[in-house]
Amino acid sequence: MALYFFTPFIAIILTILGGGIIFYILGFNPIEALKFYFITPISNLYGLSELLLKATPLCLIAIGLSFCFKSNNWNIGAEGQLTFGAIVGGGVALLFYNQEGFYILPLVILAGAIGGMIFALIPAILKTYFNTNEILVSLMLVYVSKLILDYLVVGPWSNPEGFNFPETRQFSDSSRMPLLFEGLRIHAGIFLALAAVMLSWFILYKTYLGFQIKVSGLSLKTAKYAGFKGKTMILVVFMISGACAGLAGVGEITGPIGQLHRMISPDYGFTAIIVAFLGRLNPFGIIFASLVVALTYLGAETAQIFLQIPKYTGQVFQGMILFFLLASDYLLFFKVKILSLKKNELRH
Amino acid sequence: MSLDISFIGILIGSIMASSVPLILAASGELITERSGVLNLGVEGMMIIGAISGFALMVITDNLFIAIVGSMLSGVIISLIFGFLTQSLLTNHVATGLALTIFSIGLSAMLGKNFVGIPGKEFPILFSSLRESIPFFGPILFGHSIVLYFAFALPFLTNYFLKKTKLGLVVRAVGDSPVSASNQGINVILVRYCCILYGGAMCGLAGAYLSLIYTPQWIENMTAGRGWIALALVVFATWSPIKVLIGALIFGGITILQLHMQAIGFRIPVQFLSALPYLMTIIVLVVISRDSRKIKLNTPTSLGRIFYKEK
Repeated sequence: MALYFFTPFIAIILTILGGGIIFYILGFNPIEALKFYFITPISNLYGLSELLLKATPLCLIAIGLSFCFKSNNWNIGAEGQLTFGAIVGGGVALLFYNQEGFYILPLVILAGAIGGMIFALIPAILKTYFNTNEILVSLMLVYVSKLILDYLVVGPWSNPEGFNFPETRQFSDSSRMPLLFEGLRIHAGIFLALAAVMLSWFILYKTYLGFQIKVSGLSLKTAKYAGFKGKTMILVVFMISGACAGLAGVGEITGPIGQLHRMISPDYGFTAIIVAFLGRLNPFGIIFASLVVALTYLGAETAQIFLQIPKYTGQVFQGMILFFLLASDYLLFFKVKILSLKKNELRH
Repeated sequence: MSLDISFIGILIGSIMASSVPLILAASGELITERSGVLNLGVEGMMIIGAISGFALMVITDNLFIAIVGSMLSGVIISLIFGFLTQSLLTNHVATGLALTIFSIGLSAMLGKNFVGIPGKEFPILFSSLRESIPFFGPILFGHSIVLYFAFALPFLTNYFLKKTKLGLVVRAVGDSPVSASNQGINVILVRYCCILYGGAMCGLAGAYLSLIYTPQWIENMTAGRGWIALALVVFATWSPIKVLIGALIFGGITILQLHMQAIGFRIPVQFLSALPYLMTIIVLVVISRDSRKIKLNTPTSLGRIFYKEK
C-alpha cells in the first residue's frame, strides 16, 4: 500500500530526468532548462498564483473523473463536458451582460455544472441503455462540443461590436469570479475545487454510494451479486464527473477569461486524466497531482519566454509522467506476484 | 459556379486525396484493434510521422528516405505503447492518451527548426492522362503513389484478415486471447506486431500530410484527423472495405465544407465538421444494441489486458 502511493513520486523523478535528457539532446543546458521549467515559475507570488489558477480546473475535473474511473467507467470526454459547461454557463452570463446583481454568478456557475452534467449523461445513457462503449462516445463528443462552441462564437453569440472576431461580449462584473488578491489572477473558483475534494472524500469513503462505486470498480460481478443497481450508479458517476468538468469550464470563463472564445481550455480535460491517475484517484492525492501537472503548463510558458522552447514541451512532460507512472505500476504488479508465489510455496 | 462534369471529376479526385490519411491510419488501427489492442495514440503517431517525414525530406532531399523514415518513426513511437501495454501490462486507454499527448509535444519540439521551410513537389503518376481524359482523368490519374497504395490497402487488409493463416491468427488473438494462447500462439508477440504495423501506417498517414497533401510542417498539422481515423474504425465496424467507404464519406464532408463556404451555403460549416463524430456515435448505438451484432463485429477482447501466467 505504501508503494502504491510512492510510485507517483518515482514517476515524477524519472520524468524530470527524462526531461533533462531531452533538453540536453536539443542543445540546452539541462540544469538551466529544468530550473526555468520547475523553479523559476513559482519563485514569486505571481507565479504561485498562476500555479493555483491552473491547478484549479485540473483538480476539479480529476476529482470528477475519479468517481468514473474508480467504478470502471471510462469517461475520457471531460474536455467536452468542460466545453459544454462553459457554453451553458457562458450563455447565462451573456443573458445578463448588461446587468449587475449578486444572484448572477451563482446562476452562471449552476448553469455550467448542469451543462457539463447533461453532456456527460449522453455517453452514460448510451452505455446503460444501448450498451455502447463510453470511451468512444465521450471522446467523439469532445469534438462535437468544440464545434458547437466554435459555431456560437463565430455566429449567433459573437460580439456585435467585436469587428467579427470569434468571441462573445465581455461578461458583466457580476458574472465574474471574485479575485482573491489585488493584482493576481487567482480567483474564488479555487474554493469550488477544495469543496469538491472534501465532498468527494466524504462520498467515496463515508457513504453507501461510495462503497458501491469502489466495489463495482474492483469486480463488476461482485457488484451485481450484491444487488447494486448498476445503471443508476453509472448515471450518477457520469453526472458527478460532468458537473465537475462543467464547473471547471465555467471557472475558466468567469475567472481569467471573462468571455467565450475558441480557446477556453488548453486541453485541461485530457490532462486531468493524467492528474487523476497521478493522484491515485484519491481526493488528496489529486490536489498534489494537480499542482505537479499545473507546473508543467507553467514551466512550458516560462521556458518558451526564456529559452524559446515551444510551449508544447509541457505535453512532453505530461505524457512522460503518465508513461512512467503506468510503467512503475508494474513494480506493484510484480510485488503482488512474488507475494502470492510465496503463499503458494508455504501451502505446498 | 457551374456544376459541369469535369468539375465533378476534379471534386471526386480531391475527395479521394483528402481521404488518404484517414484510410491509411484507420487501416493500421484496424489491424491493431482486431488483435484486441485499443491504441488511442493514432493522432500522436500521425504527427510524429508528419514531422519525421518532413524533416528527413529537408535533411536528405530524398523523398523515398522520407517516406520510409516516417513509417519507421511511427514504428518506434508505437513501440513505446507496445512495450507498456504488452510487456508492462498497462491500461490501453491511459497509455494511448499519454502517447498522443507526448507525441504532439515531441513533434513540436523536433519541428521547431522546420517551420516555414517550403516543401518539395512530390512526383505524381500519369499526369498527362489526367489532363487528356475528361471526368475520369482527375479521378484515376495524376495522384501520388501513396494514394494508389492507400486505395489498395483496404482490399489487401481484407484479404489478409479473411484468407490468410496469419490473418486468422490475428483475429483469434483479438477474439479469444486465452484460447489462442492455449493453441500455442504467442499472443503478446502477435499483438506487438499488430501495434507496430499500426504505427507504421499512422506514420505514413502523417507523412502524406506533410509531404504530399499540404507539403510543409505546421505544428499540430494533423488537426484531429487521428481521432477521426479512430472513429472511422468503429464506424466501419472493424471491416476494412467499410473503412474505405467511410473514409470517402468523411473525406467528402471535409471537401464539401470548403466548397459550401465558397458558394456561401447556409448550413454552418461546424455542423458538417461534427457529422463524422455524430455518425460514428449513431453507428455505435446501432451495432451495440444487439449483443449478437456486437459479438459479430467487435474484437471481443478489445482493450483488455492479457497476461500469461509463467
